Amino acid sequence: MTDILSITPRPSMAAGKTLLEVKNLVTEFPLRTGIFKAVNDISFSIEPGKTLCVVGESGSGKSVTARSILQIIDSPGRIASGSIILNRQDGSSVDLARLDPRSKAIRAVRGRDIAMIFQEPMSSLSPVHTVGDQITEVLRLHLNMSKAQARKEAAELLRQVEIPNPEQALDRYAFQYSGGMRQRAMIAMALACKPQLLIADEPTTALDVTTQAEILDLIKRLQQTTGMAVLFITHDMGVVAQIADDVLVMHHGVIKEYGPVDQIFHTPQDAYTKMLIGSVLKLEQKAEIRLARPPLDTTAEPILDIRNLSMHFGEMKALNDVSIALLPGETLGIVGESGSGKTTLGRSIMRLYDPVSGEMHYRRADGKVVDLARLEGSELKAARRELRMVFQDPFGSLNPRMTVAQVIGEPLLVNGLSKGKELDERVCHLMDQVGLDPAGRERYPHAFSGGQRQRIGIARAITLNPRIIVADEATSALDVSVRFQVLDLLMRLQDELQLAYIFISHDIGVIRYMCDRVGVMYRGKLVEVGEAEKVCNNPDHAYTQALISAIPRPDPRDRDRSKRFRYIEPSPHIDPSNVKNRSSAR
Amino acid sequence: MLKFIIKRLLWMIPSLFAVSFLAFVLIQLPPGDFVTTYIATLASSNEVVDQNTAAALRERFGLDQSMLVQYLKWIWGILSRGDFGISFEWQQPVSGLIWERMALTLVLALASLIATWAIALPIGVYSAVKKYSIGDYAFTAFTFFGLSIPSFLLALVLMYIAAVEFGADVGGLFSPEYETAPWSIAKTLDLLSRLWLPVAILAVSSTASLIRVMRANMLDELPKPYVTTARAKGLSEFRLLIKYPLRIALNPFISTIAWLLPNLISGSVVVAIVLNLPTAAPLLLQALMAQDMYLAGAFVLLICALTLIGSLISDILLALVDPRIRLE
Repeated sequence: MTDILSITPRPSMAAGKTLLEVKNLVTEFPLRTGIFKAVNDISFSIEPGKTLCVVGESGSGKSVTARSILQIIDSPGRIASGSIILNRQDGSSVDLARLDPRSKAIRAVRGRDIAMIFQEPMSSLSPVHTVGDQITEVLRLHLNMSKAQARKEAAELLRQVEIPNPEQALDRYAFQYSGGMRQRAMIAMALACKPQLLIADEPTTALDVTTQAEILDLIKRLQQTTGMAVLFITHDMGVVAQIADDVLVMHHGVIKEYGPVDQIFHTPQDAYTKMLIGSVLKLEQKAEIRLARPPLDTTAEPILDIRNLSMHFGEMKALNDVSIALLPGETLGIVGESGSGKTTLGRSIMRLYDPVSGEMHYRRADGKVVDLARLEGSELKAARRELRMVFQDPFGSLNPRMTVAQVIGEPLLVNGLSKGKELDERVCHLMDQVGLDPAGRERYPHAFSGGQRQRIGIARAITLNPRIIVADEATSALDVSVRFQVLDLLMRLQDELQLAYIFISHDIGVIRYMCDRVGVMYRGKLVEVGEAEKVCNNPDHAYTQALISAIPRPDPRDRDRSKRFRYIEPSPHIDPSNVKNRSSAR
Repeated sequence: MLKFIIKRLLWMIPSLFAVSFLAFVLIQLPPGDFVTTYIATLASSNEVVDQNTAAALRERFGLDQSMLVQYLKWIWGILSRGDFGISFEWQQPVSGLIWERMALTLVLALASLIATWAIALPIGVYSAVKKYSIGDYAFTAFTFFGLSIPSFLLALVLMYIAAVEFGADVGGLFSPEYETAPWSIAKTLDLLSRLWLPVAILAVSSTASLIRVMRANMLDELPKPYVTTARAKGLSEFRLLIKYPLRIALNPFISTIAWLLPNLISGSVVVAIVLNLPTAAPLLLQALMAQDMYLAGAFVLLICALTLIGSLISDILLALVDPRIRLE
């Protein structure tokens, strides 16, 4: 399809004996309308002890590639042609592509020669079996250990992946572990039989950046001690830059570029690779639209002034005495890890939650100030027209049984503002504003891509001419190439409609790109507020420093991990990394 | 856990009182009482009962007292002496009548339950794993067939075939010579030789629905990531099916125990009547129609107790089987 010049074998690879050699692999899914080639004629190889990163956006076929190696492709997918040669240490070789997916031969490879870890550690572990049970199972299966032997070995494995009190941890269930610990347990399980190759399918995507950095370190350290190779699948170019020896860029099932990491990042040949790298580098600085804009009037009266806001869920203080102000036309970023209370803050402002205490002074267009925390009835309804929300999940936040015109027009209809032909015209205008073709307004959300759906969500948010929009992880579910289009759209609308944004995100890059000021949240508290540039590059608070230090830099020449550290709260508190309070969640 | 069980057991006491009182009132709500029904029955055979005799009967049965007094007397009898009262119609102690029927009901219900689960669970798993195969379509056709045929019709057809084609007498659970005989090995064998027909009839529709439920449960679990993890470990398909998705897909069945127990008594009334089975359901129906209130009341009380016990058992089992559930 496109140029595959760089796929010719390179001298660095021919040197050592390769561990795994994939040649002309085609994996296809028979559909009603024909055959879909999820992986189309790809070739690559992995050497012992090296890390190959497969990178691509959703639908690129990177996961299917990984699953093809172990023949665990979801039904009805199957390997159509090509070979996957595994060279074992004892000199024997086997073509995995020729084995039957249910055969004994492939089962002997799975878990023993090649092991795999997955994206969502919670659902990848059985909810009704103890972690110990699931680890000893592999040991007993492949190494014929006795129960007692296997248990001893499993405890040793958990110790290796730095899980405290491994003996007790064996008898616990996955839901009693924190996210990071679950992924450690998955790694322990994968490493049980000392595999030569570890396939990691987006293993850190569901984790916070600080936890991600620790897991990446752990994999690197284990790789050094055991000499195993790693096939690492990710969409995050920052992670690639930090851990890869070689990189394989995939797009729509074909290889766009394949080469050593330094070459990919510093002299990319393919246009798609350049776009991927460019989009990551773009997040390293402020958006052009923002740099071109005249500076905000910082002396203006704030449109929203939050004072000492607290919100509790049972024992948990989701918001603890938060005070922050939002200026007109400003984009205020709220950044923090999962459980920091950033979503709770957004929802409290929308009054989806009733705060326990505190005030939220909102300055209406006519200059009158009302306290959102106390509003009731028609006044609350009026305020909600001027405060709108954009949600994270572009799939879950649109009703699949409503047409796009109904979704966008609903706020107008329920508020009795317009109907009939007039409503239709306004919907068309709104769709134009967010860059959608109004001709598609009678279609249902499933007919649109993720980025387009998020545009629909934005159109719905601006329907009632709001003054404040709370965007909760509005671009987190989108691919990088689409993410910028949505961010740029938001900024353009902001300038056109004089909106103020509260932009909630866990991604410092997005915050830096888009926001004027940033508030950093940690366990319900606002630990730092300041200019985006300052907070992202030179933060004052130790927690923010730790957070920034954990973000993988998208440059393979900058792999200094010594600056990275974990923030430990000074007060005598429980260790945040390992203890998760389940009683409040269930 | 222990605290939870004790709490639940204590809660059962007021529930039982409330339900028994409600049942007692409900049974008495229709106009007239047992004596009215009795007189009507006699009248249909041209016997006339005069007012005095009726009043005497009412006094003997205690029917002339207020409903509350009757209820309290009845409950007191149960609590103090384990005496459920006398059945008007049968002129026998209620407890004796019930226990005799309950034993046979239990045998029949357990036999059909075991048959249902033994057939339905493997087929359900097969249907899910081999989704859209010829086998799956065949079983799907069977399940729709089984669900849509009323079981009394199936009973009639099977009885007809057995009687006309094979000359076998298939009504009831015993051959005539054993019906009133005391229990012996021969009588047990006779029971077993006749049990298959009602078991088969009762099992058809429940097997059909169970296959559908099992198939749906398995289809929910099979694409879950933990199944892929188990596969990536190198487990064989059979072992991983049994250990992971099947285990979780079975959980909903534990909840069905809650209504399985009360179903012992009130379930399959029509089939039992058609096949002339000496089980509890026809007796209950008859007692309700005759306003034989002590007998009917005892049945309702039993159903209620079994419901409460059944849901307690299923809650405890669920907590034991699924560690995500914590009883507090």
